[in-house]
Amino acid sequence: MDKSNVKGFLEFVYDFYRSMKAHEITLVYEGEITHQITKAFTSLTESNMAKESEANSVQKKVFHVMVECLQNISKHADSFGSDDFLFAGRGIFMVSKGKNDYHVTTGNVIENDKIEELTEMLNHINSLDKEGLKNLYKNQMKEGRLSEKGGAGLGFIDIARKTSNKLDYHFLPIDEGSSFFLLTSSISRLA
Amino acid sequence: MEVIKIKGTDDTPTIILDKESGVFEISGRSLPEDVTTFYEPILNWLDEYQEEANTKTVFSFKLVYFNTASSKLILDILMKLEDMHENGKEVLIKWYFPEDDEDMEEAGEEYADIVDVPFEQVSYNL
Repeated sequence: MDKSNVKGFLEFVYDFYRSMKAHEITLVYEGEITHQITKAFTSLTESNMAKESEANSVQKKVFHVMVECLQNISKHADSFGSDDFLFAGRGIFMVSKGKNDYHVTTGNVIENDKIEELTEMLNHINSLDKEGLKNLYKNQMKEGRLSEKGGAGLGFIDIARKTSNKLDYHFLPIDEGSSFFLLTSSISRLA
Repeated sequence: MEVIKIKGTDDTPTIILDKESGVFEISGRSLPEDVTTFYEPILNWLDEYQEEANTKTVFSFKLVYFNTASSKLILDILMKLEDMHENGKEVLIKWYFPEDDEDMEEAGEEYADIVDVPFEQVSYNL
């Protein structure tokens, strides 16, 4: 970086900081999602919420949703250039805190041929009410098998149940073979 | 039989399985990095115990948090206890939940619906 680039870069950092503030983002991360990262982020958010005397039930819900979102990335993000299934998935992870809600947002690369199945599953979850979600969870637990990466297919259902909100998601095309999958969940702070 | 005593951490539960003193308990938080590996010795132990189970087994769950991957393994444990019950052994599941934790209470109710084994819900103050 020469001098003028340094200035441009630092201005970018300031803009970045300001847009984080504007969107009330309290945590943002891009990279591999490992178990250590999951533990660090959840305990950081937990202690922040405790400091701010957030209601217990809200704290628990945020914790649940964070864990499931992080594990979704670590288990399902498609890692290009690596055939090793133990390769930790990477993606973007964000927590923001508004006046009335917490938002937990994830983004990761997925192969296009998985979009249809994923969309179907998310829409099915979004079509169910409380009782329907409960039954789906029970059935999936009974009949579902753990994948080689330890996924039980329960994460999205659990997020929908814990938040009592629909799962908001979006796919953005990257190239012919892959897309960026974004998912955001809101947890009401009004216990 | 060998006694299993696992000290809990911030992501793994405390587990005591002791046939002789009749203590069977899982408590704390469960979100191990690799659920299958973590719970494998527990399930193997129960397979062995099933062969020579005590006349009465009271199995306590006192969890404050578990992730969805663990929920599947908890069901596997409950299903082993259900087998024992079906084979004529007396089995009682005690599901403890913090008084104000509806989600944990509901999780217990759901398990009780799935497995056919005597199930008692117990609330406690943290």
